Amino acid sequence: MTRPYRIAAGAGFADDRIEPAVEIAEAGAADVLVFECLAERTVAREVIARREDPTKGFNPLLRDRMRAVLPACARGGIRIVSNMGGANPVAAARATVEEAAAHGLTDLRCVAVTGDEVTNLVRARPDLILTESGDPVEAILPDLVSANAYLGTESVLMGLETGADVVLTGRVADPSLFLAPAMHHYGWAEGDLPRIAAGTLMGHLMECGNQLTGGCFADPTRPEKQVPDMANIGFPIAEIGPDGALTLTKLPGTGGRLDRMTATEQLLYEMHDPAAYITPDCVLDVTGVAFHDDGDDRVRVTGAAAEPRPDSLKVLCAYADGYIGEGQVGYAGVGAVERAELAAKVVQDRLKRRGFTYDEMRVDLIGCTSLHGPGAGPSDPYEVRLRIAARTQIRAAAQAVGFEVRAMHVNGPTGGGGGSKPEVREVMAVQSVFLPRDLVTPQVTVLGVQG
Amino acid sequence: MTRVHDLGHARAGDKGNISNISVTAYDAAAWDRLRRDLTAERVAAIFAAIGAGPVTRYELPRLHALNFVIQNALGGGVSRSLSIDPHGKSLSTLMLTIELPEETP
Repeated sequence: MTRPYRIAAGAGFADDRIEPAVEIAEAGAADVLVFECLAERTVAREVIARREDPTKGFNPLLRDRMRAVLPACARGGIRIVSNMGGANPVAAARATVEEAAAHGLTDLRCVAVTGDEVTNLVRARPDLILTESGDPVEAILPDLVSANAYLGTESVLMGLETGADVVLTGRVADPSLFLAPAMHHYGWAEGDLPRIAAGTLMGHLMECGNQLTGGCFADPTRPEKQVPDMANIGFPIAEIGPDGALTLTKLPGTGGRLDRMTATEQLLYEMHDPAAYITPDCVLDVTGVAFHDDGDDRVRVTGAAAEPRPDSLKVLCAYADGYIGEGQVGYAGVGAVERAELAAKVVQDRLKRRGFTYDEMRVDLIGCTSLHGPGAGPSDPYEVRLRIAARTQIRAAAQAVGFEVRAMHVNGPTGGGGGSKPEVREVMAVQSVFLPRDLVTPQVTVLGVQG
Repeated sequence: MTRVHDLGHARAGDKGNISNISVTAYDAAAWDRLRRDLTAERVAAIFAAIGAGPVTRYELPRLHALNFVIQNALGGGVSRSLSIDPHGKSLSTLMLTIELPEETP
């Protein structure tokens, strides 16, 4: 019997650790390494970077990652699939070929997958309805930075079919990045729902990397929630068979854990209705899923089911929406909370006297109310940190927030210390629309060795 | 006093302005208790403190898990939120602090 196809996670978010991917590559423990690196607003950030410099606009860690894994991947014949292309997959592919050449890998072939950017299509359809606000998209068109469709497996398959060693995409649905290599390897058809379901479930479980293998899991106060050797958590490896049989595992000797408990947490991560998880490749139903612990960090997964893929694609529209200004200062000892509250009142009064108004302002007492709101914990901690953040369309108003908080060092209640540097950031808001999928056309560009 | 933390484990995920939080029971007895007592109403009452709601609950009996979908939990969404935790990662532990009614013998 031939061994199952092995698809490993190389990254689960834009700034993920690099060593676990290197360990998998050097052990030759995978056939494909998938780096998932795009959160909801990341593409818009990269669009702005590309606007300032046409050679940028892709994941800032791409060169570091490629330098680290390409030699071992070339030795082991491991293919790479990633959405690190961000807003500029072609520049990302060029950078990858450069890094390869610098390591003597002159025969690397890299393909850029584009077509997810549909900004012009959205601009031409001002009547499209924004899912979140219910307004026509026209309302945000003046501030629209980019609109990107979540492409499905067909885009990644186009890249894999070129024979490329490395496939770099922009916005592609996370599970599709993992499902596509399995479809390509086994020749699964888009309508083969049992296998598409299994592969989509695999992708969903894998896309956040070590969240499947003990990351985001440890609770030292519960015996059931211990995670061994956390500093050395290994990333997950999926073994998928020709019929879609799925086993999850990780590299022997790495830290972390992979079992029914970690798998169940990740199954429901970012999921709403478990009977209808919508992806561009299918509508996944996980209500029949079961995890079978085989021990030694091996989990068999059964029970995925799916309905056919939707006729429309979700499109994320990112638009500029003013500024957030923020400042912090700390108080401790007797009456710390009372002094922080007084300081907050003084800051708000001063901002008002200066004539600034805000769309929304938030006062946090860190150590008291900042994460779970008032009433969740004790109201009289020994020390507390005041944080004020506010959103406004006017940059000067945003700057004033941190400025006035820092002034609490000298111009506020007694004993205010450790004020932060005033912070201002541009707000990149995100809402979604849906476009008929036949309007969206993926394309590929091959770089490096041709033909 | 029994809290959710005594009976199961939780993870929070974000999409736009919506947080989903799963609660998975440690064993069959804990599952029965959570399924009966950790209602959408009880969760909504706690999450109202951060201005969140309404709350929808889904059941996954094969996995002994509940999935709560909580609207308006993320301060307008990750990119616009003024919260120090815009993804709401810490909201899983707010779920675990919820106290359940004592069982009558």
